[in-house]
Amino acid sequence: MNRFLATLLATALALLALLAAPRAPAEELPGDSVYRIPARLTDSTDREFHFAEAAGQVRLVSMFYANCGYVCPMLIEQVRRVESSLDDAERARLRVLMISIDPERDTPEVLAALAARRKVDAARWTLARPAPDDLRKLAAALDVQYRKLDDGEFNHSSVISLIDAQGRVLARTSRLSGAPDAEFVAAVRKALAAP
Amino acid sequence: MSRGLALLLVLAAGIAPAAGRDAIWAEVPGGGFSSVLALGQPGVESRVEAFALMRRPVSNAQFLEFVRTHPDWQRGATPEVFADGQYLSHWTQPLDLGEAGANAPVTRVSWFAASAYCEAQGGRLPTWLEWEYVAASDETRRDARQDPAWRERILGWYSRTGGSALPEVGQTPENIYGVQDVHGLVWEWVEDFNALMISADNREQGDPDLLRFCGAGSLSASDRDNYAILMRTAMLSALRANATTRNLGFRCARDPGAASP
Repeated sequence: MNRFLATLLATALALLALLAAPRAPAEELPGDSVYRIPARLTDSTDREFHFAEAAGQVRLVSMFYANCGYVCPMLIEQVRRVESSLDDAERARLRVLMISIDPERDTPEVLAALAARRKVDAARWTLARPAPDDLRKLAAALDVQYRKLDDGEFNHSSVISLIDAQGRVLARTSRLSGAPDAEFVAAVRKALAAP
Repeated sequence: MSRGLALLLVLAAGIAPAAGRDAIWAEVPGGGFSSVLALGQPGVESRVEAFALMRRPVSNAQFLEFVRTHPDWQRGATPEVFADGQYLSHWTQPLDLGEAGANAPVTRVSWFAASAYCEAQGGRLPTWLEWEYVAASDETRRDARQDPAWRERILGWYSRTGGSALPEVGQTPENIYGVQDVHGLVWEWVEDFNALMISADNREQGDPDLLRFCGAGSLSASDRDNYAILMRTAMLSALRANATTRNLGFRCARDPGAASP
């Protein structure tokens, strides 16, 4: 087989895999998995992915918006405090997904700048914006309330969800200041210890 | 069928309302509206754009037709993340209404299921603001909320709801838009049910729990005498998107120019 054909075939296979990826996992997920929500996202490196692709690892998932001056930095800080309560081996297995409720303004560039400014661990953290049509359904599945105000700002509830590899919500916390919720941290540990 | 004929049928369907009135959809003109929720500056009205709203809540028979053609939404086939264990549990079988009245409003449907139904009709769930805008009217006025008699009538229903079998849709008087059963029959899902965060009184001032709401200050209910409407917001905002209850149904909205599928 000549090199051109081989390249063509490889590309075609890669495309097929890409097309198949979003649909295949949903069939195997449990009925209460949030990853069954058909949502498309784009991360801070401009990579597009299906929400179901977040399956496979234990994650902390929360919703925020980059322009938010007061509570959102606290939200990111609180996720880091939860991480700080873990040992190195535990932390290495934990992933974080922060989903924007303001996809219009939170472009990949804005998200990348925020990630750099907050010095989050890019290997384990994903900041992403959903396709606008998928936002309300994602928030509904994650139990996040949000409202766009007439002036373009948002109100939203600040919830950090602990989600297992199959997409089941194991625990939630709304505590934003002070030491992280001990019960929540214990749940994170337990989830990370599970095979 | 030829494309020309198909086009003709689509056009005919579009023209039909001109001959009489549309049996399903009521046209609701846009306007300014002061919501019970503080959406912007106090005293500044929010703008509601023109839209169409179903005249009546969706019935059991209509929802049965939907699940026949959308088997993913049949009871037992729908994953729990989209609908809880009581989803359509008042039907005898997934495709058999049994004792449930064909013309009674469908209830025990989740927000996800209601959204899917509306999308299949080329529509969507109404927003809270749209629902509240229509719910403010009576038979002759677009905004009857300051009339004590209007409030009494609605509160009277809210104190009755919950007992025996649900009556059929379309038994209450039409409001000024030609819409029925907004009050007096069932609670209804709205598209942004998870946007209704309210603090209905000032006890939360200074409460650290307020920090759960991020952004430019939490919402406050600006029309505190309007208990009937506030009850709706409190009930809806307490629900999960997969929740179903025996008194919670829905109707669909659609934007002007949206055609039936």
